[in-house]
Amino acid sequence: MIGKVILRDCRRSWAGGAAAMPIVFVLLVATLVPFALGPDTALLRATGGGILWIAALLASLLPVDRLIDPDREGGVLDQLVVRGMRDETIIAAKLAAHWLNFGPPLLIAILPAAALLQLPGETILRVGLSLAIGTPGLAALAIMVAALTSGLRSSSALVGLLVLPLAVPLLIFGAGSLGPDGGSALKLLGAASLLLVAMAPFAGGAALRAGRE
Amino acid sequence: MLFTGLGFAAEGGEAVHVAGPNGVGKSSLLRLLSGLLAPFAGTISITGPISLADDRLALDSDQPLGRALRFWAGLDGQAPPALDAAMQAIGLAPLADVPVRMLSTGQRKRATIARTMASGAPVWLLDEPANGLDTASLALLGDAVEGHLRTGGIVIAASHQPLPWQSHVALTLAPA
Repeated sequence: MIGKVILRDCRRSWAGGAAAMPIVFVLLVATLVPFALGPDTALLRATGGGILWIAALLASLLPVDRLIDPDREGGVLDQLVVRGMRDETIIAAKLAAHWLNFGPPLLIAILPAAALLQLPGETILRVGLSLAIGTPGLAALAIMVAALTSGLRSSSALVGLLVLPLAVPLLIFGAGSLGPDGGSALKLLGAASLLLVAMAPFAGGAALRAGRE
Repeated sequence: MLFTGLGFAAEGGEAVHVAGPNGVGKSSLLRLLSGLLAPFAGTISITGPISLADDRLALDSDQPLGRALRFWAGLDGQAPPALDAAMQAIGLAPLADVPVRMLSTGQRKRATIARTMASGAPVWLLDEPANGLDTASLALLGDAVEGHLRTGGIVIAASHQPLPWQSHVALTLAPA
């Protein structure tokens, strides 16, 4: 049952072209940064990894208003609950689908983006590894915030406020792991990511339940 | 508080008609029965799976009707023939390839009913099932409900208008 829900979400995302958004977004950022900072290779190499992490964080938030709201509005969530699916399970399925739709495309987009920022091969590897570990946490954060703000009018301002404090640890550890001895930061990134993934179904499920009353 | 002191029971093969003016809480009663809302006080006990057909379509608007309904039939563990039979019975079979967003009000209503018919659940909760249906569709709906009752199912329908089948329990909600 959960597999079918994940598949449906993935299909919707691919059919609607939403899956291409993170790639386009990251490439846009990587194209614009050299224009803003200047083509100085040393500067781009020093800042490139962190910029890619910021781009990834913002890319994960792009579809926040489409993650939960349309399904809640359209009655899909209610139909799933009537079929005995727990709110926590629904959120877990949404989390898996959201990661599948933005994690792998993002990792692919890193390659051309790194070329645009003239990052050396070793840094590309580190960025890829830290994003592979960090994107599940980013996806969990987006799902949690989407569930919390679902049904609210003008929720986009609230999304930024809610995400910022929780995203800061991911960003610090993620960008920190790109340095010369980033091993411990990578472990902390994994811990923060795991914590968010473990928390999301319960926090999001409680938000869905409260939203139905 | 929407209502107090409400009580009724239905057995297999019985139909309940929840009547009353707009806004009196008919839909909320169905949401209570389907477990989407929790009662402030009192108990609700239902044996067996339930299927809810309310005013929200819950179908992907870009997909053809047949495929969109098949998603739910799949979740209900029903084979495609059961869904085809339900769509045939409610007159939706010719529309299987039409995208959901192009359906009319009555066709949307019938789509939610077809999903419930194909669900295999013994308890049907129908919210305003007659809304937007033409005479021919109403007759098809009546036949479907009577067929379900004959096989021992329960139908609880909330409607402010007369329904095309014989109800065993009539429950009229009055404004508090």
